[in-house]
Amino acid sequence: MSGLVVKKVDGITKESTQSMIDKALAAYPEKGRTKRAPHLAPNDPQSGGPCVKSNRKTIPGVMSARGCAYAGAKGVVWGPIRDMVHVSHGPVGCGWYSWGTRRNLMSGINGVSNFALQATSDFQEKDIVYGGDKKLATLLKETKDLFPLAKGISVLSECPVGLIGDDINAVAKKMSVELDMPIIPCNCEGFRGVSQSLGHHISNDTIRDYIIETREFAEPAGPYDIALIGDYNIGGDVWSVKPLLEECGFNVKATWTGDGQMEHIAATHQVKLAVIHCYRSMNYMARVMEEKYSIPWLELNFFGPTKIRESLRKLAERFDDVIKNKVEDVIAKYDPIMQKVVDEYRPRLEGKRVMLYVGGLRPRHTVGAYEDLGMHVIGSGYEFAHSDDYERTTPEMPEATVLYDDASEFELEQFVHTLKPDLVGSGIKEKYVFQKMGVPFRQMHSWDYSGPYHAYNGFPVFARDIDMAINSPTWKLVKAPF
Amino acid sequence: MANDLGLAVKKVTEITLEDEKRVSAWINTQEYREKNFARQALVINPSHACQPLGAQLAAHGFADTLPFVHGSQGCASYYRSTLNRHFREPAPAVSDAMTEDGAVFGGQNNLHEGLENAYTLYKPKMIAVFTSCMPEVIGDDLTAFIGNARQKGHIPKDFLIPYANTPSFSGSHVHGYDSMLMSILQTLTDNKSVEGRCTGKLNFIAGFDANTGNYREYKRIFEAFGIPYTFLADISETFDSPNDGTYRIYPGGTNLAEAGDSINGKVTLTVAPFATSKTFTWIKEQYAGEHVSMPMPMGIAKTDAFLMKLGEAFGKDVPAMFKAERGRAVDAMTDAQQYMHGRKFAVYGDSDYLLGYVSFLLEMGAVPHHVLCSKGSKKLDRELQALLDASPYGKTGKIYMNRDLWHLRSLVMTDPVDAIIGDTHGKFIARDAKIPLFRFGFPIFDRVSLHRRPLVGYQGVINMVAEICNRFLDITDETCDDKHFEMMR
Repeated sequence: MSGLVVKKVDGITKESTQSMIDKALAAYPEKGRTKRAPHLAPNDPQSGGPCVKSNRKTIPGVMSARGCAYAGAKGVVWGPIRDMVHVSHGPVGCGWYSWGTRRNLMSGINGVSNFALQATSDFQEKDIVYGGDKKLATLLKETKDLFPLAKGISVLSECPVGLIGDDINAVAKKMSVELDMPIIPCNCEGFRGVSQSLGHHISNDTIRDYIIETREFAEPAGPYDIALIGDYNIGGDVWSVKPLLEECGFNVKATWTGDGQMEHIAATHQVKLAVIHCYRSMNYMARVMEEKYSIPWLELNFFGPTKIRESLRKLAERFDDVIKNKVEDVIAKYDPIMQKVVDEYRPRLEGKRVMLYVGGLRPRHTVGAYEDLGMHVIGSGYEFAHSDDYERTTPEMPEATVLYDDASEFELEQFVHTLKPDLVGSGIKEKYVFQKMGVPFRQMHSWDYSGPYHAYNGFPVFARDIDMAINSPTWKLVKAPF
Repeated sequence: MANDLGLAVKKVTEITLEDEKRVSAWINTQEYREKNFARQALVINPSHACQPLGAQLAAHGFADTLPFVHGSQGCASYYRSTLNRHFREPAPAVSDAMTEDGAVFGGQNNLHEGLENAYTLYKPKMIAVFTSCMPEVIGDDLTAFIGNARQKGHIPKDFLIPYANTPSFSGSHVHGYDSMLMSILQTLTDNKSVEGRCTGKLNFIAGFDANTGNYREYKRIFEAFGIPYTFLADISETFDSPNDGTYRIYPGGTNLAEAGDSINGKVTLTVAPFATSKTFTWIKEQYAGEHVSMPMPMGIAKTDAFLMKLGEAFGKDVPAMFKAERGRAVDAMTDAQQYMHGRKFAVYGDSDYLLGYVSFLLEMGAVPHHVLCSKGSKKLDRELQALLDASPYGKTGKIYMNRDLWHLRSLVMTDPVDAIIGDTHGKFIARDAKIPLFRFGFPIFDRVSLHRRPLVGYQGVINMVAEICNRFLDITDETCDDKHFEMMR
């Protein structure tokens, strides 16, 4: 690859990483070892390839961090659309576990104009035996009655629905006409696919089949109309990115799906360009809109000043001088502010090492933000990525650092023991494992109840959080003096 | 056009502020309440989860035990993260990651491979298997599958594998706890019954109780009595383990051999009649000694009964320190009664807890006004009603069985109360009604260390009195006008 600067980290070589991987694999039974081996590798930034195998079935019996297709549909894609009621169709648990646990913040009033609720058909034994289609029809009527401002209803299938052969698509079609409102059936049963990733894909297809093109924007189209795709407003991320894009002269017509509005999403085929943030969960619709409506899309990274600057310039390239000038003004305005943040935190974080294990885009997109603070990312991996994600990751990561796909908790524990990072960034299931080991940790799905981390408003929050995680005096108390 | 629903293409419209205002007011009305209570199919904000979550909690209560979800991997991630968030602790568990082909061929291969990997990697002494939806719908035969796993050598022949069917489409987390606990005890006590042997011990079961402070309080009580005990399904160390720089996958739980010997116990006592009804029925048939099922000791009267029962069963006087402790708790109540007397509460939660809240409130002269359980029974209804009937402060109290928190919202908005007792999920109602929420139940996702302060026993009474009254006093200080802002309260 031309122009690629290969990063290196002291003490990490291909051999040291491979020997650490081999040690972890040695603990598996033979079959498990054979299956896991291709998912772990030292990074080769110049390979132009993914380095590891991905998007395969999780091996049974290991502590995987993965979720399911329903989780990808409800939690990721649909849940953040604020003005639809999202019905978890099936037994009570799935909707209960995913109720308010992602931090996709939304505007509006709960139960009035936003519907961050746990709405469910609460399947009982009799629904399994006799089917739930009738119950669903009644439920949809009740939903419209109780939530008159809802713009639509999504019906998200849980495992039993697909297994008993219910036809939610037929019910949705019939009831859409009867209630004169969009009722969107999404066949996202948890047993489909190998991770939450298929839930994203199914949901994208559902948007393609049932939502896009069903609305038109009320006001005439403008030259700077864009959509922000794959930003879920975790801790208010959209509320940081959208104003920045507006400051650059863009008109952000729709956000997918963070703080999203169904009708705006439905009219997105009218925009001029799609800015995509989380490629993994939304590239499918970006491609559909490109093929069908000739809307170009651009993957951007809004973590840390270096990547934000690059991203804004990349975006400006696609537009005229009006935008180009505004973007340069914006960069000039924020650069000194960001420099102050770096000046404050970098001395305390310089040279610190981080291991990441997250999902979506974060295992690659946040690398630059850590580097802005003088830190090194020495291990990275995804819960549910595909090859194209790893292809985008290998050039970002330093040479020979470890890559792990669908890592088991056992592997992560082994790697942390060996590499002794100063910080681990992963999820809630991993958090307390590493904190018990005395290793500072930040949840990097939920921003650990903080945020936003995106764009210029987010970076100071990110820097502060990383600093307090690593430099908290509490870590020094872990070892008792007696 | 890609519109597959047959609806006309329209212009984008926005929800107007007027609409928002109108509907905001409407959802607080009596008219809306009636519409809301007329719901037949839609459930909104239920306060209960599904069976396997409870099964996992029970499994975590035993030493060196790995909870194992037979089903989709997403299920395991949901249960684990729920427990992580509540306790702020690790919750190691695995699944056998069933996928589409499992729907066709059944889950036996997944189970076998899963047992082998889990056994090798995580080195448990027991694997507690429980099911989520998929194997339940397709009808997997756990007995046969596990038998085959032993036959085929995926797992040693004598390895401990209790298993429970915990379908998510019946009951709640509480029932899953019960089924898993019963299976674990059946497995551990198998062939352990010795005619004529008596351990001299108390076997104690706390039920689906996610408050590690309660576990420690029970132990303190037993130790003060000098009663030797086996705490069955003891999660106190599992979910409140010290941070000393070492991660331990199995930091606590009931010793397996000790649990096995519990079948020869002197007394077996559960304080969770609702969360352990199946287990207790089985214990009565199989266990030696005396069997006691009594309410969770919340409030003075139930704690009195609990201590007296312990004394009676072990032929001991209630230690003097408890008389003093009781006196301190009552002192706290009489000192603070004026801040709670006549105050109306909405309370909701799991059956065993709910009965405790109601007893305690009535003892304080507070009014349990809306009493709601989203997965209850006729038996619970009768017991709650009996408590309400026995007190002048229970006269206005009404029980809502198998209703959800969206119903509770209507109740609170049309027939106001001063506070809610529940779990984190009640915070939306509390905010809309501008009243405090006391997080006594499960789960607590938004406050720290509350799972460490006991609510049972006399100490629990003091904690509840302090938490409730001080919050009311904070509100007075925060909301009164300057003229009424006083030094003393």
